[in-house]
Amino acid sequence: MFGAGGGTVSYREIEEVDVVLLWGSNAREAHPIFFHHLMKGLDNGATMYCVDPRRTSSSKFADVWLGIDVGTDVALANGVAREIIHAGLVNQAFIDHSTTGYDEFKASVEPYTLERTAEITGVPADAIREMAHVYAAADKAQILWTLGITEHHHAVDNVLALCNLALLTGHVGHWGSGLVPLRGQNNVQGGGDMGALPNKLPGFQDIDDDEDRGKFEAVYGTALNPTPGLHLTLMFEAMGRGELTAAYVLGENPADSEADIQHARKLLAGLDTLIVQDIFMTRTAELADVVFPASVAWAESDGTVTSSERRVQLTRPAVAPPGEARHDVDILAELARRMGVDIVGDCGDEGGVPVPEKLWDELRSLSPLHAGMSYARLESEGGLQWPCPDLDHPGSPFLHGWLWEDDLGGHGPAPFSVVEHIGPAEALTEQFPLRLTTGRSLDSYNTGVQSNGYTSPIRYGEALDINPADASALGIVDGERVRVSSPRGTVEMAVRLQPDIPVGLTFTTFHFPDLVDINLLTNDAWDRKSGTSEFKAASIRIDKLGAAAN
Amino acid sequence: MSNPETVTQVSVRIDGDEVVVAAGATVLDACSAHGVDTPTICYAENLTPVNACRVCVVEVDGNRTLVPSCSRPAEDGMVISTDSERVRHSRRMVLEFLGSTTDLSQAPEINAWSDEYGADATRYVEGGETISEPVKVQDDLYIRDYDKCVLCYKCVDACGEEAQFTFAIAMSGRGMGNRISTEFDVTLPDSACVYCGNCIGVCPTNALQFKTEFDLRAAGEWRQDEQTVTRTVCSYCGVGCNLELHVQDNRIVKVTSPADHEVTHGHLCVKGRFGWQYV
Amino acid sequence: MADLHLTVDDSTEAERAAVAAVLDDDATVVVHETDRLVRGGMARRKARRNLLLPALHALQAETGWISPGGLNHVCGVLQVPPAEAYGVATFYELFRTDDPGHDESVVHVCMDTSCHIAGAEAFAQSLEADGKRVHRGPCLGQCERAPAQFVQGRGEPDHVPADASTIDAPGSYRVPQHGSADLRLLQRVGVVDPTSLASYREHGGYAATEKALAIGPDAVIAEIRAAGLTGRGGAAFPTAIKWRGVADEHASRKHVIANCDESEPGTFKDRVVMEQDPFAVVEGLTLAGLTVGAEQGWIYIRGEYPLATARLAGAVEQARTAGLLGDDVMGSGKRFDIEIRRGAGAYICGEETALMESIEGYRGEPRNKPPFPSTHGLFGDPTVINNPETLLNASFIVLSGADAYRFAGTEKSPGTRLFCLSGHVAQPGVYEVPMGTTLGELIETAGGATGTTKAILMGGAAGGFVGPDQLDLRLTAEDTAAAGTTLGSGVVTLFDDTVDFTALVIRIAEFFRNESCGQCVPCRVGTTRQHEVLVEMRARGSLSDERNLLIDDMASAMADASICGLGHTAAGAVRSAIQLGLIGARS
Repeated sequence: MFGAGGGTVSYREIEEVDVVLLWGSNAREAHPIFFHHLMKGLDNGATMYCVDPRRTSSSKFADVWLGIDVGTDVALANGVAREIIHAGLVNQAFIDHSTTGYDEFKASVEPYTLERTAEITGVPADAIREMAHVYAAADKAQILWTLGITEHHHAVDNVLALCNLALLTGHVGHWGSGLVPLRGQNNVQGGGDMGALPNKLPGFQDIDDDEDRGKFEAVYGTALNPTPGLHLTLMFEAMGRGELTAAYVLGENPADSEADIQHARKLLAGLDTLIVQDIFMTRTAELADVVFPASVAWAESDGTVTSSERRVQLTRPAVAPPGEARHDVDILAELARRMGVDIVGDCGDEGGVPVPEKLWDELRSLSPLHAGMSYARLESEGGLQWPCPDLDHPGSPFLHGWLWEDDLGGHGPAPFSVVEHIGPAEALTEQFPLRLTTGRSLDSYNTGVQSNGYTSPIRYGEALDINPADASALGIVDGERVRVSSPRGTVEMAVRLQPDIPVGLTFTTFHFPDLVDINLLTNDAWDRKSGTSEFKAASIRIDKLGAAAN
Repeated sequence: MSNPETVTQVSVRIDGDEVVVAAGATVLDACSAHGVDTPTICYAENLTPVNACRVCVVEVDGNRTLVPSCSRPAEDGMVISTDSERVRHSRRMVLEFLGSTTDLSQAPEINAWSDEYGADATRYVEGGETISEPVKVQDDLYIRDYDKCVLCYKCVDACGEEAQFTFAIAMSGRGMGNRISTEFDVTLPDSACVYCGNCIGVCPTNALQFKTEFDLRAAGEWRQDEQTVTRTVCSYCGVGCNLELHVQDNRIVKVTSPADHEVTHGHLCVKGRFGWQYV
Repeated sequence: MADLHLTVDDSTEAERAAVAAVLDDDATVVVHETDRLVRGGMARRKARRNLLLPALHALQAETGWISPGGLNHVCGVLQVPPAEAYGVATFYELFRTDDPGHDESVVHVCMDTSCHIAGAEAFAQSLEADGKRVHRGPCLGQCERAPAQFVQGRGEPDHVPADASTIDAPGSYRVPQHGSADLRLLQRVGVVDPTSLASYREHGGYAATEKALAIGPDAVIAEIRAAGLTGRGGAAFPTAIKWRGVADEHASRKHVIANCDESEPGTFKDRVVMEQDPFAVVEGLTLAGLTVGAEQGWIYIRGEYPLATARLAGAVEQARTAGLLGDDVMGSGKRFDIEIRRGAGAYICGEETALMESIEGYRGEPRNKPPFPSTHGLFGDPTVINNPETLLNASFIVLSGADAYRFAGTEKSPGTRLFCLSGHVAQPGVYEVPMGTTLGELIETAGGATGTTKAILMGGAAGGFVGPDQLDLRLTAEDTAAAGTTLGSGVVTLFDDTVDFTALVIRIAEFFRNESCGQCVPCRVGTTRQHEVLVEMRARGSLSDERNLLIDDMASAMADASICGLGHTAAGAVRSAIQLGLIGARS
């Protein structure tokens, strides 16, 4: 919507915020140190509304928790927008000056009356009205989200719906206000920054833009394919059609992490060639033809990563890598060399081994966002936030200040987006009457390949959280092992009675695939715009063990 | 920067010299700016001062008693003495009091000050009250040895409203009976503790320490002078916390975070603090 | 806090009912409006934290201790982290966190100064012989009727047995001057019906407030300034400066507090006023609130004063009913109301910032100053805090004028002063005399000393001993300071030559060791080591030069480097006893 993708504000700004909408994010557990900044803001008097199907530990810090039905975020956002409009709380001057498409948008949200929104979302109308008014009236307000917004088959619509609220009220582009997608992995932002997107070159430059691409071709000394590539989900579809027959997987564990995992594993196993480069012998690596052991990026190698606030920071080697493990870049360079190509060029040492700082300096020469970020500055200034176009630039705490400039800094106005409520791809049925959603817990991480290396006293293992009323109706008790089935598969796991989870909803983490292969159940319906699968909304049923399966 | 602050300055006299600092700076800041070394125990740059240890006291003209430099804002025209007989006496007595009460064997900085100020912790009545409790080893991540505790409140504040907002531990009791404790002294795994280890990060006496360090010390294999400290970025979520990896024999033995980094302010979560064991 | 973690212990029905009786529905921080809408948050939690102390009182009274289940329940309702609530509960003498194993009342026996010499230990033993549960503790503020006891009730209200016999007995020995026309502050004591607003008004009550409303805040403060009133709690800070400071603060909330936590050993003057003239305290606080623009007043009273608490509660209730408190005080259009908070046994809570921490629901640990309460007081808001004697003086000044006030006293120490005489004196009690009266005259007013006076403790445990050669000392701030002693809170305790001063002074040192909050190193360790040295002295029979040096070294560090007045004064009595040769001499 606004160009380069990244959180528009800095962590420290939330310490001064007036209103926070924490929407589809359990940052208390998934982003604990960001939450420190948020709690400081709350301690300083900020008001927080938390929108989440679950009564999460984050929501317990909120002034108001709104327990939304899974997958109805667009409806809620549109309902809030309509209420802001009808209450006359829009920032009309901002809309007139900095945005476009308001009239169409206004018309599109008109059907989302409080009553209808309440009916779709399950949230009381009064609370929707209250949240709309408090957000709109705030001086400084932020909307934060995580995978509760993006792991849906209509993920991009969800994000756009939230962006609309910021455009209505002008809560973007100035100190303290903005839109914050909290990144789930330590360098998911950096991956995007560096062009690990099917249609982008480093610095969010377009692969199909001749001028952008030309810069890179000149430096790389080779022609680049101008056709955007495939994102992960499309790759799996291409595998299914037999069009994609070889894969080179770096630092990912799709054989555990993909939705509808049985299907994904079958596709990976069926590839002609599977190369895996990882620090662990993951389940994906077990399927591979070739495994390249890599060093641990953050503890064994030089490099940079980028955080959720667009802060580029250095990693440094603290320990020597074990055995034959090598730096990721070394492996790539060596592989290229064996194929007869020197990809190191001027970025190597005398022996031709790539030097991370030289690679970074080359990147700086090509990506204006990063141009001012020398290693020396990254070291001495504790990292820098892009855009940082030159060595004298202090970095950018927040984005989109141009929205408030007289000439919009040369940009076009920011467009409102018309988005409609669709709901989860998989409706609840008589056969699968319960909603399953997934997420993280504090002491564990993703598929557990890293976090299961230490003994956490607060880890309870994998269990299916369920409301006591649902459990009682099913005749199951706390800790009982049950059979959990979705239209795609079946697992056995224990249940944990949780009064905090609403009736009809169940929840589990996905940290222990060796114990419970939860992605056997999740839905691989995915978003055409982002490629993300709908991990957050499957339909399931629970059966007592020993009972005949349906 | 978008938030320009109007910076005004104040001028103070420290031991006869004029020192100019930004308004809002503390007396301690002014002393540091002037190159005056001030002992501190309960102070930490990433926590609001609680001024409980009183070792940083200085003399300020016009004040009946000595003044804790860590928390007192510098005021224009203040006349400060950092090395008067009164100041040296109170600092010496605080160090003596702690030495007579606490196992400072793993607090080299405090011991150095005790030498500097001539503190003699042996001149007190033999058999005087001390904490005297067995080491609490309740999990695989860290230990609590309250014989080493100087009750500086830092762990309580880091666990509570200065950072973590978990409040698993608090000051309990009164007077010499004060203890850092969970409710009813339940074990940490039974408490609200989420094992962020931010209490360890701020402990000035090693009363709280990594289990890795505790075990290495017990085996006589803790060799701090051989350790390297490398700053890097945590491998877990996307917040971008800076870590300092303390490495001995090519093994990570503990993890801290720089207090002056604006992402963490020295604080981490359980994954960043303890989740490195797969390396 | 917000993602609160409670232990598995459950509360009992009785515990929940006891808590419900003191907390209304609105006290619950987290409200489940529907299964999809829950309210909570930091603002609600912060606003209710001050209910922790009353809730803990309710648990203690119901079951005789703060049980893990009971604590969990309170923590759940108020969203207080259990570790913090436990820290608060363990701070106070009147709360216990271990199961007492019985359901009987506990008799607290005072072991301090006047009671010490009146056979407190023998008294405690006799109670134990009678099968009573006895707890030996600090001063109970009944020094005129030593040895004192206070019953912490189980199945009966907390009470002081002596109140049953002396209650409403005008002319009882506690205020021997009662009815005298010379009295200002005590003019109604023993004369007025302390349970009747009508009686109070018949005796001039609320005339001062009427006048204050008529002349306005600036004139009120100007009059108090002209009078030269200083605080009567011990620090002697000019009252007008305090009030002016808070009146000038632009804040959405301000508070006034009556510090009714008098706990200095030897002090009981405020108790007598609160018991016998409670409306005067309520009016004084109201006048202060209206003057500085505070809408909320607080009475913080020590937990060992059940009768005074009941009388004040009755007075507040009647005043509210009569429109003397509430949204429109005396038709002025101004809002002012009063809440009463009961302490739970902590000398330190008489320190003004510790008292505020206590009201707020935290451990009574003093704050570092600056900032001072006039800018950052209760809940961080501008706050005036005065003790009852000061408030009564302010009312007198408003009603009678600065000149009338200055008619008594000296130029530098104008007005009258309340003194608490106890120990070896003929008529122990509260006396009001003009400042500048000599010590000897004051003692004569109380019928003279009994026995041969060897030492007089001025200002309580936080003060110091003077010898009988000081009877000509004029009782003013300036004269006592010049003589190296203090008026403090008006304590004058006499000791004759039969007293075992070593035992007495060890008890004083023990008092400070027990009452130090422990927050700062000099006081926490210093009071402990000081006591240990004195116990060693008793065993050895004398103090060596090294020990004398150590005592001096500790004393100066405590006086210089402690956070608050407790540490500053904790060595005063000990050192004065050594200097007077009462203890420590080589035999």
